[in-house]
Amino acid sequence: MNVLAIDSSNLVMGVAVTAEQKVLSELITNNKKNHSERLMPALAQIVQAAGLKPSELDRIVVAEGPGSYTGLRIGITIAKTMAWTLKKELVGVSSLEVVAQNGRGFDGYVAPFFDARRGQVFAGLYEQKDGKMVQTVPDQLVLMENWLPALAKRERPVLFLSNDLDKWGEKLSSEAFAVLGDSTQNLPRPAELARIGATKEPVSDVHHFLPVYLRLAEAEAKWLAKQGR
Amino acid sequence: MKLNVNQKTLILGIETSCDETAAAVVENGTVIRSNAVASQIEVHRRFGGVVPEIASRHHVDQITVICEEALRKSGVAWEDLDGIAVTQGPGLIGALLVGVNAAKALAYAHQLPLIPVHHITGHIYANRMVSELHFPLIALVVSGGHTELVHMKEHGAYEVIGTTRDDAAGEAFDKVARTLGLPYPGGPEIDRLAKQGSPVIDFPRAWLEEGSLDFSFSGLKSAVINYVHNEQQRGHKLNHADIAASFQESVSEVLVKKTMMAAERVHAKQILVAGGVSANSKIRSEIEEAARTRSIPLTIPPLSLCTDNAAMIAASGTIGFLKGTRADLSLNGRANLNIEDF
Ligand SMILES: [Zn+2]
Repeated sequence: MNVLAIDSSNLVMGVAVTAEQKVLSELITNNKKNHSERLMPALAQIVQAAGLKPSELDRIVVAEGPGSYTGLRIGITIAKTMAWTLKKELVGVSSLEVVAQNGRGFDGYVAPFFDARRGQVFAGLYEQKDGKMVQTVPDQLVLMENWLPALAKRERPVLFLSNDLDKWGEKLSSEAFAVLGDSTQNLPRPAELARIGATKEPVSDVHHFLPVYLRLAEAEAKWLAKQGR
Repeated sequence: MKLNVNQKTLILGIETSCDETAAAVVENGTVIRSNAVASQIEVHRRFGGVVPEIASRHHVDQITVICEEALRKSGVAWEDLDGIAVTQGPGLIGALLVGVNAAKALAYAHQLPLIPVHHITGHIYANRMVSELHFPLIALVVSGGHTELVHMKEHGAYEVIGTTRDDAAGEAFDKVARTLGLPYPGGPEIDRLAKQGSPVIDFPRAWLEEGSLDFSFSGLKSAVINYVHNEQQRGHKLNHADIAASFQESVSEVLVKKTMMAAERVHAKQILVAGGVSANSKIRSEIEEAARTRSIPLTIPPLSLCTDNAAMIAASGTIGFLKGTRADLSLNGRANLNIEDF
């Protein structure tokens, strides 16, 4: 099965093509965003580097969020449009689950997170079971000051993986239970996205496949608050 | 440059610049094979206007549904298409990105030419599905975001000779409607209400400098708001219908006179009206009469082609296709985009 993986959910942009147990081509950038300009050319380049034509892909796997709203919409629009028009399978994978793969082999919990401004983070908790990373706490939007005490209660150390450690590293290193990821562990790898996406159930309704924003649009939240809900 | 505008073409158009997700297939730039639109008016009504983030979220939900509908209703297969035209801008950036990236994915998947389109040229080319264009012409483009007089000497060449210095005409309609407590969108409500009133209140007309083809609607908007406040303070009962009729009279008089001035200045062989505000019945009838007395042929699209749609993007994209305008896969949406660069 030829799998195309697309991740533009955060600052890191990644595209990979895999076939069965092989990674055929992979590209990661971690500089400026502008995913709208750069993602499609990167995708075309990576598919071509794998020696494939778009029609030869079997499955498209996309990082579904959480992450930057705009980044998510770019990746998901491209993934669902290609899946629909080429009649291919579409699979969505948590953007945090992709990062969590880099903690394989760590003896403890793996806590990937993305900065979500105003002291908040998008975060989930994973641990290794039978060689696989499984989710222990669902992805959520949480204040870091609430997330840390919840993790401190756990028995084993926690490996924090994030491309936003420049912002949060100092605070995290003051916690006795915390271990910080290194530069390569912190980046989501699109080949990992392809690998986990290859085993998941494809979405049944490609048309209405949407990003997992984990947060209402501000106007919506305000409107609901005004209705007293 | 001489284009063979009669060349046989089939172009898919995609439009997501504001709150309509739209796709359409147009043949030869003139015949609508399909025209699918998912409107978000209901979604935004409770907010009193378009909320960009919510619009963007809805576009992602609708984009492939609408493209599929456009393809199916057209009876056209991917391999029969000559190209994919998409609105590059201007508009809400988050909304534009959905259409642009979907168009790029389609162009890549089917190895088709990708044609960037300026939204306003789409509004202008909505007219070509009603009547062939005759140059030189003057197009009055009036919508929630635009009030422009565009001079065209030939297909695909645009010169802006008048524009608004502050609010767009459609913005003034929306703000006055809100002042009068009318629901969103305000344009059709004012049109309806105005029919029950008379233009008895003397609101200002902004002519600007002698001979200027530019517009200004913020003064008029403020005048209406002040009038309402003053009357309320004096304890007078407001006649909403008269206010709507008087406001509309002021807008329409300025739009029509400046359009005629522009047409005479360039010796226009045709006048086009385009954009959402051209659905207004007062503006339609005034400009029809003014063009008739001057014996200048006038084209106004049917209401369904005045509001945002993708047939107009495909129609303008057809000209872009014939001119050889192409984008590669790095095409990006642009919130601000100059029509004269197209
Ligand atoms: Zn428009």
